[in-house]
Amino acid sequence: MSLHTDSGPTVIAPAPRQRHAAPGSGRRFRSWLDLKAVPYLLISPYFLLFAVFGLFPLAFTFWYSLYDYDLTGSEKWVALGNYAELLSDSQFWTAVVNTLAMFVIATVPQLLLALMLANALNKRFRGQLFVRMGVLLPLVTSVVAVAVVFTQLYGRDWGMVNWILSWFGVDPIDWKAERLPSWLAIATMVDWRWTGYNAIIFLAGMQTIPRDLYEAAAIDGASRRRQFWQITVPMLRPTMIFVVLNSTIGGLTLFAEPIMFYGGRIEGGSNNQFQTVAMFIVQKGFNEFEYGYASGAAWLLFLMILIGSLINFLLIRRIGGRK
Amino acid sequence: MTTLTVRQNRRKRTSRNGGSGSSMWDATLLTKVMLGFTIILSAFPIYWMIIIASRTNSDAVDTPPPLLPGGNLGENIRRVLADEDAQFITGLVNSAIVASTVTVSVVIISTMAGFAFARLHFKGHKILLLAILMTMMVPLQQMGIVPLYRLMVELEWTGQLQAVILPYLLNAFGVFLMTQYTEQAVPAELVEAARVDGASTLRIWWNIVLPAVRPGMAVLGINTFMLIWNDFMWPLIVLAGNPTVQVAIRNLNAQHSTDYVMIFTGTTLSVIPLILVFILFGRQIIGGLMEGAVKA
Repeated sequence: MSLHTDSGPTVIAPAPRQRHAAPGSGRRFRSWLDLKAVPYLLISPYFLLFAVFGLFPLAFTFWYSLYDYDLTGSEKWVALGNYAELLSDSQFWTAVVNTLAMFVIATVPQLLLALMLANALNKRFRGQLFVRMGVLLPLVTSVVAVAVVFTQLYGRDWGMVNWILSWFGVDPIDWKAERLPSWLAIATMVDWRWTGYNAIIFLAGMQTIPRDLYEAAAIDGASRRRQFWQITVPMLRPTMIFVVLNSTIGGLTLFAEPIMFYGGRIEGGSNNQFQTVAMFIVQKGFNEFEYGYASGAAWLLFLMILIGSLINFLLIRRIGGRK
Repeated sequence: MTTLTVRQNRRKRTSRNGGSGSSMWDATLLTKVMLGFTIILSAFPIYWMIIIASRTNSDAVDTPPPLLPGGNLGENIRRVLADEDAQFITGLVNSAIVASTVTVSVVIISTMAGFAFARLHFKGHKILLLAILMTMMVPLQQMGIVPLYRLMVELEWTGQLQAVILPYLLNAFGVFLMTQYTEQAVPAELVEAARVDGASTLRIWWNIVLPAVRPGMAVLGINTFMLIWNDFMWPLIVLAGNPTVQVAIRNLNAQHSTDYVMIFTGTTLSVIPLILVFILFGRQIIGGLMEGAVKA
């Protein structure tokens, strides 16, 4: 509640009453209109947009996915043919594996780091606002900017990362050439941008935990570490669900970082070694004009997100320790 | 998840009174070192970006790398702005137009709907709110991209700003946030009292709700602006030849892939407006984030 709720709303002047003594039925109609119709008027802009830019594209994505389009724009009904083809398309599976791998490599350390960071931010020290802003600074930079800078840092010949690694006798790594190095590089871009954000969200959750709980635990002789795992983590469950679902959606729709890592191109490396499903959709749909195929892939991506969210939701519920 | 909110808020209040005076909450030296290290890590890539943007291409590939800014920033900026392929100025102007139009509209639309959901009674209230919560889970941007693109082609809007502005106006998070905020900031009794005084619903919205939820509007506005300014996928697809600033950076990157200095200068120019906003409104942004998190 850091935002002020104390600035009381201004009291309005009483409306001029019955200036023209309107006939009773007219007034009743107007009041009916005001009570029954105006609420719908207020929500109508949102739902109009929802229909045009939410429901319509979703429904049509499914419709398109049942057709085969070619470059000339002619269409042919193929029923679930696109889905069958996708499931035996090795490029699609490469993209699925890449997406899942980068998601796991990025998210697991990120959430652990964010938890530790939030725990530190929850302590008492001077310059709190400055420190929080410092932690959140990466969020302000655009994904494209992050990717540009990190791609240069991960350069094979003059990149700073290889230069630092060379102090430890590591030979220069060609970060883009193979799967694991490119996944690691992209995962660090994601983590740099989002760890601070998630830490601030965790911090918000931590501040809702009553401090007496910790003090009671301390009196009982529970160590700091034990307090963290037995009080903080279980009490943070609702916040964790929010963070993890957010990360799942963001991670599985990863797009800009891998594109910029390959100089702005959509293929994700010479062998698609870091192409994600979102990139696959755009490549098929907008470079090769396979609208139906791309739409099918979009629905499969949605399915991945649903399953991923469900698994993560169940996982977090278990971490909370309650059966 | 909304019921949790209430419980948490209550908890928060009691925790303030709780004995937080004990020294177990003081940051240890280790904690301070860790925080300092985090800040350095956070700031370094941005600092590095500015260093390269102010130097020459031969400096950029030096070992050891340069760690202090050079004197070429003005010259580099001139080169970026003059580059015809990247259309950088167009990108900056387009992004400013798109982000501000979307921000103002989303804030208005969300405040209206938020008031209705928080304080008005109408049929279908619950199910419609649920529909909004569900759309927050759907990555519409990736899901609906093909039909949306074809719609824009039909309307002959490709390459025009309305093609990015209109789809962005759909913002479920905004409605959700403003619903929560209105519930907290506008007491139901106040709305009822104004009704008894004969104020119409729209008048209540304008005279009571809007002044009360202004801080929430500010938070939503800043968040929306950053989100739109930084978006990449949809403008890349639909705005061929008329880029936003992020697409302009991508163009610089694709056309001058070895000219680091130029790419970094463009990137710096795209980030500076947001860093300024962040420095000015950091307190509100952080407050809004933390508030939104506990409520979700």
